[in-house]
Amino acid sequence: MKFARTWFGLVLGAAFAAGATPALAADDTITIGFTASQTGKLNNDSTAQMRGFELWRDEVNATGGLKVGGKQYQIKFVSYDDESQNTRVQQLYTRIIVQDKAQFLFSPYSSGLVATAAIVSEQYGRVMITTGGAEEKPYRLGNKYLFQLYSPADQYLAGALQALKATNPKAKIAFVYEDDPFSKAVAQAVRRQATKEGVALSLDESYSGSTTDFGPIINKIIADKADALFGGGHYADGATLARQLHDQKAGVKWVTLLVAPDSPNFATLGDAARGISVPSQWEPQVSFRPDFGPTAAEFTKRFTDKYKIAPGYHAAGGYAAGLILQHAIEQAGSIEPAKVAEALNKTDVTTMFGRTKFATDPKEHGLQIGHEMVLAQWQMKGGKLVKEVIWPKAAKTAEIAY
Amino acid sequence: MGMTAILASILDGVLIGAVYGLAAMGLTLIWGVMNVINLAHGAMIVFGMFGLYFLASALGLPAYSAVPISIVSGFACGVVLYWLAVHRIIGRPVLMSLLATFAVNMVLVGIGTALWTTSPFNVSVTLPGITWGDYTFTGTHIMAAVLAGVIAGLLYLFLHHTRVGKAIRAVASNREAAELSGIPTTQILSMAFGLGVALAAVSGTLIATMFPFTVLSGDAYQLKSFVVTVLGGLGNPAGALLGGIALGLVEGLTTPFMPVSWTPIIEFGLFVLCLMTFPRGIFALSKG
Amino acid sequence: MWRRPFPWLVVAVALGVALVPYWTDDVELREGLVLAAVYVILASNLNLMIGYAGYVNFGNIVFFGLGGYVGVYLVSEWHWPLLPAAIAGGLAVSAVALLFGLGILRLRGAFFALATIGINEAVRQLVTNFEPWGGATGIYLSFDAYAPLGGPMQALWLAYFLIVAVMALSLLASYAIRNSKFGLGLLAIGQNEDAAATLGVPTPLFKALVYSASAMLPAVAGAIYFFKLGIIEPTGAFNLGLSIEAIVMVMLGGQGTVIGPALGAFLYEELRGALLTTEAFSHFQLVIAGALLLLIVLFVPGGLMGFVRRRWPRLRWWLE
Repeated sequence: MKFARTWFGLVLGAAFAAGATPALAADDTITIGFTASQTGKLNNDSTAQMRGFELWRDEVNATGGLKVGGKQYQIKFVSYDDESQNTRVQQLYTRIIVQDKAQFLFSPYSSGLVATAAIVSEQYGRVMITTGGAEEKPYRLGNKYLFQLYSPADQYLAGALQALKATNPKAKIAFVYEDDPFSKAVAQAVRRQATKEGVALSLDESYSGSTTDFGPIINKIIADKADALFGGGHYADGATLARQLHDQKAGVKWVTLLVAPDSPNFATLGDAARGISVPSQWEPQVSFRPDFGPTAAEFTKRFTDKYKIAPGYHAAGGYAAGLILQHAIEQAGSIEPAKVAEALNKTDVTTMFGRTKFATDPKEHGLQIGHEMVLAQWQMKGGKLVKEVIWPKAAKTAEIAY
Repeated sequence: MGMTAILASILDGVLIGAVYGLAAMGLTLIWGVMNVINLAHGAMIVFGMFGLYFLASALGLPAYSAVPISIVSGFACGVVLYWLAVHRIIGRPVLMSLLATFAVNMVLVGIGTALWTTSPFNVSVTLPGITWGDYTFTGTHIMAAVLAGVIAGLLYLFLHHTRVGKAIRAVASNREAAELSGIPTTQILSMAFGLGVALAAVSGTLIATMFPFTVLSGDAYQLKSFVVTVLGGLGNPAGALLGGIALGLVEGLTTPFMPVSWTPIIEFGLFVLCLMTFPRGIFALSKG
Repeated sequence: MWRRPFPWLVVAVALGVALVPYWTDDVELREGLVLAAVYVILASNLNLMIGYAGYVNFGNIVFFGLGGYVGVYLVSEWHWPLLPAAIAGGLAVSAVALLFGLGILRLRGAFFALATIGINEAVRQLVTNFEPWGGATGIYLSFDAYAPLGGPMQALWLAYFLIVAVMALSLLASYAIRNSKFGLGLLAIGQNEDAAATLGVPTPLFKALVYSASAMLPAVAGAIYFFKLGIIEPTGAFNLGLSIEAIVMVMLGGQGTVIGPALGAFLYEELRGALLTTEAFSHFQLVIAGALLLLIVLFVPGGLMGFVRRRWPRLRWWLE
């Protein structure tokens, strides 16, 4: 009896092991899977990110593919629409891993979706590089294979606060942000930092994502006689806030909004866009000297040539995610998830995106600790509105316009 | 907060409220005339928004010339939609109309997303505003409110002093009787639907002169339109204008006194309360 | 009730649905089925209101979301095991539904429908401002919440079995109600409420009971579902779109029958899933889904079951 059981167990075990090994696709390809928001409200930024992925893939494949341990692998993508909702994310990622046999994963866009996808990727032990998600919560849940590319949310307004303090230490700051996970995470960090630096937040309120008219809020800011405004949320509110601040002549001298002003579309606001600053994961003008891969300028040119539109940081993040994964695979000399994860844990490099280093403490594994945000501001240059980097001092391309 | 601040907020609320009212007028008209709740209402508002964008930004026409164009093209669209989706639903249970119009909404938003993605669009319209101390009332808001009032007035004249308008009211009040007195009710219904959509479209155009928008912006205004319709009374366009102003006032008044995140709670709480206590609407004037 | 074939059919199908993916270890199939099961739960409970009593509960998703929040909160903060947390969620939300019902069940037709939307939105905004439940960020379940169940792999299977069980319960309850005096009263209300009242049906009581009953199992399902998802936040929990999709499912399958909503839910889920994962359609999946819905509403309003039952009346014995 025992003999038969052992045999049975061995056979099962072998079958399981054979099934569980990531299937090396017949024709030397590495499959990377992800979901993108092709419909729904995250559509715009998710598409930019996906283009970054695709540019990286096309460039690698053009040079023959990824070089791993003597062999070359072409990169193949498998992706589905998650509709900007997490209802099907687990189903889609399971399909990507089990049916499409993806060996590596990129994350969906936005932190809420990342957390849901992580449950699946962790179960199957697949490395997932996350871009487009700045919240830290997904990384504090006890993961081993998650790696964050973006600076976490609590870094977002750190630079802006410092820049403001350097310009006007006695500024009264109004803080008005959207009631959504990302903006809230930023808000909590800002409060902590403000207390630490002894800066006063005269107004501190959140507004619902479905707000259509910011008039009353702006009147509140005016009544408050605030010198500076931090806040916003995702795109549409930032643009509306900026426009109404201008239309209502709110007279706020320093305005830093999240996300919205980063898109080149923001310039269509005309005069309302002037002086608005935005914390950014990356700007085309940054001058990092990369350890490998193109410089920011080269990347910008290649992207603009291909897509006829300048890249923002979502696209740059997508591209960098590819670069970092490529580097780790090549360093590990293998496509085994565990080995690549080890290589990622040891990663401390600079690419066109900036410095990338991941936290390895199991309580916050994968959190990005090397990357710094920059602060960009829309200024008039030769009659046209352009974005200039104004902070940190090391990376700036223009003076702060106050 | 000082008195000036509160007054400023009240005035702002009234201005934007007029536009909310205009946005809801189409919904309440269609509902009142043919007992159809048009869940594609939001999509039609977006249609008007994009209309402004293409006419003003792409073709470079002066912004407010888009207003009459919106009305006309909205009407045409509405008539087409009526024949495509609504005609067979008339007289059937409410659920059917909800689903049919919801389906139309899905299709329109899907096409919109495929064509324009969900990126924001902005049309820069500048008009001198009125400044009062620290507070400015934006020119575009004032213009939009004025136009909303004008259109509401024109609607009233249309419904009470033209043959078609009176026919619409007759059909709304009793379809069979209207049919018996020789009114071609089906045609009238299609025109009423067209009118409702035209109102939605023109409100979208006006909104786009004030705020940036995306393909998905219609949802928020559709929800507000429901609230306004309930406040103002079903099928009552004048009530809708007043209801809209009431909603705007609520938004303007709550903000100075409490954290802004509570505004929607108050809005929806009021909505449910209103439904429970005044199902016929606070301004339950006689129909039309 | 157990004398007729239908309940046995339900149990058989549920067992099949539960065990087939498990025996073949087909996780992808399970993921698709779990979603289908959730939709069946939503649709069949919604059917109690729409199909039986004739009240269109547009904001039905509020029960699902609230149940999810109560369940996940109990698991995450108070470390309750999953099943008691889910049941607690179901009971709590039923009680709350009774309260809501008192307020809005006097309304008729479209007004009731709008009121339910209002409730969904109001609850969503309230939860967004409610810090103990994470406010706008929501609650993230750390991976060791799955540890008592043996880790995420096991936990997801368990969650699946539980959801299938709740689905079977929903269908059985739906069936039991339909064949009871309570059900007869509901159907009478659905046909003509005033006449029913005149004939002695205690309409306010029945309406309140069915509204509350229709809240319980979706709430339990919500707790289990969001536990599996690992995160719950206001926009995803009170998703009005999903609420409307549930109505579509009821209509697609045929309102008023027991099996109709289940079939409708299953078909709808498969259709959307297929559209999403097919290259050709993914850009237009919303458009196609909408167009299909329109065609159904315009031309086949009795839904699938309406069609089947007219065409093959003998099947009525089997398919309730």
